[in-house]
Formats: sequence, C-alpha cells, structure tokens
Amino acid sequence: MKAGNRRFGAADRRLLPEGRLAGPMPWVIAIMMFLTVLAAAAGLGLGTAASSLSANVGQRLTVQLVEANPDRREAEAAAAVRKLQGMSGVAEVRRLAPEEMQKLLEPWLGSGGLEADLPIPALIDVDLNPGAPGIETFRSAILAVAPSARVDDSAAWLAPLAKLISALRMLAGALVVLMILASAATVVLAAKAALDTHRNTIEVLHLMGSTDVQVARLFQRRIALDALFGGLLGLIGAGIVLLLIGQRVGALGSELLGSAGLPALSWALLAALPLAGVLLAMVVARFTILRALGRML
Amino acid sequence: MSAAGTIVQFDNVGLRYGTGAETLSDLSFSLREGGFYFLTGPSGAGKSSLLRLLYLAQRPSRGLIRLFGEDIVTMPRGRLPGFRRRIGVVFQEFRLVPHLSAYDNVALPLRVAGVEEKDLETPVREMLAWVGLGHRSSARPATLSGGEQQRVAIARAVIARPELLVADEPTGNVDPEMAKRLLHLFDSLNKLGTTVLVATHDLHLISRVARAEMLRLDRGQLLDPTGALRNPPRGPSA
Repeated sequence: MKAGNRRFGAADRRLLPEGRLAGPMPWVIAIMMFLTVLAAAAGLGLGTAASSLSANVGQRLTVQLVEANPDRREAEAAAAVRKLQGMSGVAEVRRLAPEEMQKLLEPWLGSGGLEADLPIPALIDVDLNPGAPGIETFRSAILAVAPSARVDDSAAWLAPLAKLISALRMLAGALVVLMILASAATVVLAAKAALDTHRNTIEVLHLMGSTDVQVARLFQRRIALDALFGGLLGLIGAGIVLLLIGQRVGALGSELLGSAGLPALSWALLAALPLAGVLLAMVVARFTILRALGRML
Repeated sequence: MSAAGTIVQFDNVGLRYGTGAETLSDLSFSLREGGFYFLTGPSGAGKSSLLRLLYLAQRPSRGLIRLFGEDIVTMPRGRLPGFRRRIGVVFQEFRLVPHLSAYDNVALPLRVAGVEEKDLETPVREMLAWVGLGHRSSARPATLSGGEQQRVAIARAVIARPELLVADEPTGNVDPEMAKRLLHLFDSLNKLGTTVLVATHDLHLISRVARAEMLRLDRGQLLDPTGALRNPPRGPSA
C-alpha cells in the first residue's frame, strides 16, 4: 500500500502512549452527553405530547345548548346532532348523557343529584377528521338549526398550552445544539493538548516521512475511543434518570404528562447520540489536527 | 536523481531564524550520489542548521536547494513526506519515541513506509543485533544508557536503507570500539550506494574513512571560498 494512504496498524497504535482515559476529556464528554440526552429526551417527549394533544383534543368541537326551556333545548340538541352528522369532516358526534353531565358538575354542585328545575345546558362532543372545515362553517350551520348554541373550538383554548410546549421544544433543541458546540470545543481543546503533549513524537514521525493523514488518524482513533467511553457513560446515566422520571410521571396518572412518553423510535434516536458524538469528535479532531499539522513543515 | 549524479545541491543558501543574523550564509556546494562526507566545524558554526535543511526540517530563508534532483525550497509540503522517507537521520539528541521499545523505535521508519508487520521483524532484530542491542529490544529509551540510545537512533536511521544518511555527532556517546563498529556500518551502507553525511568533531573518526570528503563550516559559511570539497580529507589542518 502507498505509504501516504496506509493506515497505521495495531502495532502502530502504540505510537501514542496507551491509557486513553487519561485526562479529563472522557469525563467532560460523559457530562455533556448526559445533559444532551436529557435535553433531547425532553424535546422528543414534548413532541410526542404535542402530537397527542393535537390528535386527541385539537380536532374536537364542543357544542353547548344554553336554552333555558327544556323542550326547546332538547329539540335544538336533536337538530344540532342531526345537522352535524350530515356534515363533511365530522368523524363522530356524541351527546353527553345526563349521568355524564352530573359527573362533570359534581365538583361544583355536590353529589346530591341535580335539581329538576335547574337549567343544565346540553353538551355535544364532535370529533373532526383531519382537514375538516374551520369552526365558522360549523358554527353557522349549527346556529341555523339551534339558535342557543355556543360552539367552542378545543384548539383555541389549547393554543397557549401548545405555544408553551412549542417554546419548550425549541429550548430543548437549543440546549442540544449548545451541548454539541460545547462538546466540539472540548474535542478541539483535547486535540490541541494532545498535539502539544506529543509534539516530539509527531515531529519524529514527520521527519521519517509520515503524512499528516497518518498522524491525524492516530489522534482520531484515540479521541474517538475517549468520546465513545464518555458518550456511553453519559447515555447510561441519562437513561437511568429518564426511566426514573417515567415511573414518577406514570404514578401521577396525569393524561397530559403521561402523553409526553418516549416511543421506541425516540429511544433509538437517544441511543444513537453517543455514536453521533463519536463521529462529531472524529471529524472535529481530524480537522483540528490536520490544521495544526499544516502549520508544521 | 539528477543526471549528473548529484544528490544534493545548495546554491547561495542562507538561513535566518526570526529577525536575527543569518545562521547560514551563501552556502554553495553539492554532494554526489554515493559519496561519503564529513561536516566539521566548531560548536555554533551552523552544522546542525545545515543538517536540518538537508533532512527537510527547515526551509532556507533564501537560495536554492535541490535534493534528489528536485527543488525542495518551493516544493509543496504535501510532497515532502515522500522525500523524507528517502533520508535517514541520526539526531544529535537521538529523539527516540520515549514510550516505545527499542524494537518499535527501530521499526518506526519501516512502519511509516508501509512495510507489513511480518516483513519487518527479521530486519529489525538483525539491525538491533548489529548495533549490539539484540538483548535489549524490549527496553524503553529511559532505561537505556546514552550510548545505547544513540545506537538505537542509528539503527532507526539506517533500517530502511535510505538513499541519503544524515548523522549529527553519531558517535558522541559511544566508546571507541562501538564508534568503530558504527562507522563500519555507515561505510557498508555507503558501499551499497547510500550517500552519507556525518557531522562530527571527532577528527580520529574522519581519518578512518580514507575516501571521505569534507565540508568545513565556520560561522555559517563554508571555509573553502569556492565551496568545493576536499578530497581526500586533509586531516586536522583542514
């Protein structure tokens, strides 16, 4: 093989002293990876929560019929249900039964049962298909047959929550980017320190005819091993933390928090982060070392 | 190689470190292929600087240097490794890789040149035996005496059978008997076609190679105003 293209073999790896875990770099990478995995997991979990929210609640209308006269209220409710069932974009129309209404009002009115003469609005839940027309189409159609109807769009009252989730996801993404930049800076510093430490060996290798690429590969390999060790350590630590948090959230029984779980694909993405870290470390180390070697004769 | 059999040619070469005075001035000389040369001169005369130019650790501040028939002053640095592999160097301070054994230090030029592991064990062991260190092949430089380190450095310089061998005070730390053996090694290599340039203060050593030619350097300049080399060497008076 042409010498300039030759990779150093197993024996040549000893050209740099053994003891790859010497120095702080693997431990710094482990901390960075720990924080990166947590930030990425938060971003992915919030993404799952946002999708779940949008799928479960965002595509839903609630129709309230506030007519005080029970007969007219019943007539309007029946007309509204019929009208909605005939409209395109409607997946399901469901009128809440009196028992469900009682359950909903229990926190305010107590469990003693509703007074017969108390005017309780009729409620109709409407699930929409994706691509359904806007709320105004439904509102005007329902008002035509039920003048006392109030039509609420779930997405409207969910908007602030959705915005908060979106902001938190962006924050998580920004944290991941910052961690990546900090990790790259760590690799640059480690590569420069390694070059300074082994300057004499590098000069000797150069004077014997080693190419920059041959020398860079030695450092790349060493830095990749350090990054792999640190990355796996950080991933394991973050994985344990995420599992513990998952257990606590599960114990809360909250539908909203529970929806922020991590599907298998998200776990796979998190598991791939150390490998991405190794690749990043190798590329950054190679660039840094080749640049430094380029300044030598 | 140049057509005229010249392996090294210096033409008005000057070398200045930083903004100081020139360490080497107006050097013009040539070494022919297969020659044996001694470079002498007092300490501080610029011998090591001249050798650094020869083994491509330094480019000159001015002038022209042709090595193996090519201008190495303007040569892109990407081509330099190929030229360096044709040169063996014995550094004055040895420059052994401290964490490698004597064996691995000697094997270094072969590994850099891409020789397979199975093909390098025999020559490396033979070379270590030749310099009297066969029994110390696994020793690290820190555990070797100065003379032993120097022999490892010499073995490393000649293991790849370089076309040009440059040695800076190669016998400074060895006893007279070993100095004789090492000089014999250089002589044998030279007879096989390697051009040898040895920087030394040791006039006794110079007198041992009858066919050797001599360059004498003082205050960065070759003493012979024509730049021509003495042949045969004139001994101490030269």
